[in-house]
Amino acid sequence: MTPALRRGLFLVGIAGFLAFYLWGLTRLPGFGRYPGPYGFVINRIAVGETNATGVVSAVNFEYRGFDTVGEEFILFAAATGVATVLRHLRDEQEGGGSETVFGEPSSGTTDAVRLASLVFVGPVALFGWFLASHAQTSPSGGFQGGVVLATAFVLIYLAGQFLSFRRISPADLTDSVGSVGAAGFAAIGLTAVVLGFAYLYNFLPLGTVPGAVSSSGTIALISFFVGIEVAAAFILIVGELVEQTLLIRTAGRQS
Amino acid sequence: MTPAVPGALAAAAPLAAVTPYTVQPALMETLQVLLLILVAAGATVVALTRVPVRQAVALSAYGLLLAVLFLAFQAPDVTLSELVVGAVALPVLLLLALARVRRREK
Amino acid sequence: MSYLPFFVVAWILGVGLYGIVTSRHLVHQIICLIVVQSSTYVLLLGVGYVTGAVAPYFYDIPLHTPAVDPVVQALALTDVVVEAAVTALLLAFAIQAHKRFGTLDPHELVELKG
Repeated sequence: MTPALRRGLFLVGIAGFLAFYLWGLTRLPGFGRYPGPYGFVINRIAVGETNATGVVSAVNFEYRGFDTVGEEFILFAAATGVATVLRHLRDEQEGGGSETVFGEPSSGTTDAVRLASLVFVGPVALFGWFLASHAQTSPSGGFQGGVVLATAFVLIYLAGQFLSFRRISPADLTDSVGSVGAAGFAAIGLTAVVLGFAYLYNFLPLGTVPGAVSSSGTIALISFFVGIEVAAAFILIVGELVEQTLLIRTAGRQS
Repeated sequence: MTPAVPGALAAAAPLAAVTPYTVQPALMETLQVLLLILVAAGATVVALTRVPVRQAVALSAYGLLLAVLFLAFQAPDVTLSELVVGAVALPVLLLLALARVRRREK
Repeated sequence: MSYLPFFVVAWILGVGLYGIVTSRHLVHQIICLIVVQSSTYVLLLGVGYVTGAVAPYFYDIPLHTPAVDPVVQALALTDVVVEAAVTALLLAFAIQAHKRFGTLDPHELVELKG
């Protein structure tokens, strides 16, 4: 199939798709004219029912908590898949050995990059923790907080301190923490079943003031577990990719 | 829970008069139109850049544009996610993978 | 313009798909896939927007202020983070393909038989 034929076929396909899309677009009520009652209903009753002022996180972890369990396990499976594929690749290249040779990391980073990265590690980690623990009050949540927390670890790597990065996030510890996060979320749902309610029912006390950190029951707890799971998953992914680059560097130097 | 829902449905009238906590629709709409055009241009730039390393940097800028667009759509949570993922985490993953591929080719 | 966001969604989708179809590098294809995914985020948020409404966070505003739809925001939020991890899995497969076949050109990857 020549590139011109491929491009022609694509244009025909996208023209057909666009025809159906524009035909369906005429039935929509237009941008900004939201008709459906569900959004209005949730906005009215969410704060009263769950004592959480962050309605999006309440929807995520309470009203649609079951879908969030599924999404979190997609993330967990993807991180495990990356670890499996890349560790298998690493073992193939070393001929089955399990110890990688850590050469001296060639620090091509300048002092400015190193200083900036190291200065920001603390505040970024604190900010990620703040985001993961305040899901019910303000625009935050486990997912964003977890990624920001992982970014703090990546900053350590960017500062040229690869050995420190591997020392504080070894593969076994990252695996365990990620598993604890994923299992914790599922376990909270199962605890609700054990207590006689439905799966992921909000069984913890809801607190008195809407929007306090200790209010909204299981939402805060689920957000904490999701935060550590997402952080562990991303640290695992970045760690595996970084080890791939370092391995080739040392192998190249020895040959 | 069920007794609250019919009452809420009856009370869920569409937009009331402008209270002090609404956004000015004309201003927000101008901002949204501008950002949508920028996002469309950014997507074109990212898709038509052929060199993957440059594309990763373009993706970082595109993630930032998308984050501002989501903020104009009154979605700060999605802004946070898109900012930290699209502008930081994804380019890091892409550049690491490209470095890995390039080392092998040497 | 009341349909501009949906036109922009179709444009981003089309441009991203064009990038995938005419690509000669696996990582370029993965990045164009990221662009296609971003069009769905814009579509979700565009569907849920209410003119003149604020973000659905009632921490410091009165409780019954008109707010945009929070359900599509919850969908888009988890979407963004989860698809980053799936992209990482795709990158791992691309690295594996490069190790096995020595090339990242999708046209040549089809012809080689391992």
